[in-house]
Amino acid sequence: MEITKQEVEKVAKLARLALSEAETTAFSQQLNQIVAYVQKLKTFSTEGVEPTSTVLGQTNVFRPDAVEASLSAEQAVANAPDAEASCFRVPKIIQES
Amino acid sequence: MSLMSIHKLTLAELQRRFTAGDVTATEIVRAYFLRVTNAEPKIKAYLTQCKEAAFAQAERLDQSLKGWRKTTPMMAMPLAVKDNICTEGVRTTCASRMLETFVPPYDATVVAKLRAQNYLLLGKTNLDEFAMGSSTENSAFGASRNPWNLQAVPGGSSGGSAAAVAADECVAALGSDTGGSIRQPAAFCGVVGLKPTYGRVSRYGLVAFASSLDQIGPITKDVTDAAILLGAIAGHDPRDSTSADVPVPDYLKALKRKDLKRLKVGVPAEYFADGLDPEVEQAVRTAIEGLRELGADLREIKLPTTDAAVATYYVIATAEASSNLARYDGVRFGRRAEESRDLLDMYLRTRAEGFGAEVKRRIMLGTYVLSAGYYDAYYGKAQAVRTLIRQEFESAFGGVDLIVTPVTPTTAFKFGEKSQDPLQMYLSDIYTISANLAGLPAISLPCGFSKAGLPIGLQLIGRPFEEETLLRGAHAYEQATNWRAKKPVVRSA
Repeated sequence: MEITKQEVEKVAKLARLALSEAETTAFSQQLNQIVAYVQKLKTFSTEGVEPTSTVLGQTNVFRPDAVEASLSAEQAVANAPDAEASCFRVPKIIQES
Repeated sequence: MSLMSIHKLTLAELQRRFTAGDVTATEIVRAYFLRVTNAEPKIKAYLTQCKEAAFAQAERLDQSLKGWRKTTPMMAMPLAVKDNICTEGVRTTCASRMLETFVPPYDATVVAKLRAQNYLLLGKTNLDEFAMGSSTENSAFGASRNPWNLQAVPGGSSGGSAAAVAADECVAALGSDTGGSIRQPAAFCGVVGLKPTYGRVSRYGLVAFASSLDQIGPITKDVTDAAILLGAIAGHDPRDSTSADVPVPDYLKALKRKDLKRLKVGVPAEYFADGLDPEVEQAVRTAIEGLRELGADLREIKLPTTDAAVATYYVIATAEASSNLARYDGVRFGRRAEESRDLLDMYLRTRAEGFGAEVKRRIMLGTYVLSAGYYDAYYGKAQAVRTLIRQEFESAFGGVDLIVTPVTPTTAFKFGEKSQDPLQMYLSDIYTISANLAGLPAISLPCGFSKAGLPIGLQLIGRPFEEETLLRGAHAYEQATNWRAKKPVVRSA
């Protein structure tokens, strides 16, 4: 199965990555190579085998719904590239029509 | 004692000297920064040095200790911490442009535990960007070098931590291990690296790469030090829902037995197949013979699904990474691209500018294997094969107490040797990946040198939460041999 450049562009869009022309070319070649290698998984029979998502067999972990100490609003935005009044500022989302 | 020799001590020895009052905290910091200043131009293990803070902390300790020697075990012990583990007020970059200026507002739980014991943070060590790599060549700030040969990689991703320990630039270090990132650099640099059982150590404050695989662990000068540092960081943490509520034993007690009598040790044929360098094989087989002489009962075992481990890992780890790294969107922390047209444009350009090639490659692969139409064929399939790998280990551990293998197929490779071929780089993780997929504890320790003078590592894998058996086996072997006596010569620049 061949991963085309169009497919690489589609995946890049899903992953929110702007790729250069050179990156698109390189990644389509490298992803093909890696995905071809990964095909070997097909040679292992997994009929009726439960998937493993975590090794410890844990279920949900709960804590009491009680107020605990946490970061202040000031600390929470301290690393933001653009913050104002304890809020994260972002470029305009809704376009005027 | 002389400032010139403090940095050569092990953690256990330095603890003893400090508690006895032979050496002050200030002398320790002075000795270490002298060493760091001399070695660092060659080794480049650190991304950030915490010289002023360490001196201030040491002075405080010496003042408060006047004539009062009762201390916590890690007090005044000079450690290095991998730069993907959050340190309050000290920048934590993950060796990425994305987080170049990120200063965490909180400590990782492992760091908080050490801080509570008044340890000394010497600095933050280099890694492959976001812990993705096997050589530190993927660091956005340049690679670290192997103290045994400056033309060779230190391994990765915890290459800075392993190089710093090997070059005596810290007494011990923390690393993180997702597919071998503690054990492989420890093997390449001739030191000890321990990946604990998944859930043994809190991951709170470890910048997430692949959440079902990541685990923090010690990189140390010998096995005793690994037992000490593991004891200091292990334990349940309500802030990490994957941390296990299992009591932490006194790991030093596990080192009291000096033989391996009645210990059944499995040797899997699949770990001695094609691609294993003859020099590495020779050293590991000799070490296995050494285990037998110590009383171990050797058994041949079969782990046939080993052949699927690399493929399974690179589907699961990249899938989880693509999800975990979605948070780097230029909004809440880290880098943001300037002058974007709109929000989507900002996301696309921020991530294009902030991530290096390997991180992008893995996000792409992970997004691909999770995308509609491919999910079952790749991600679902890999999760099922992961179950087979787990079951195989479970059944093997029905008959043996430990499994012994090589850590890496070769000794440390040269810079540039594999960096142009991602698949070749991935395949070098073949012997370490399975322990992560199955969540098992595993240790890497020195077992010889190649003719070129590069260290060779031995891996022991144990049952979940049986780090004590690992440490006992590793310690008995270490005491019966003397590999740790040989040190790299790092001449000052």
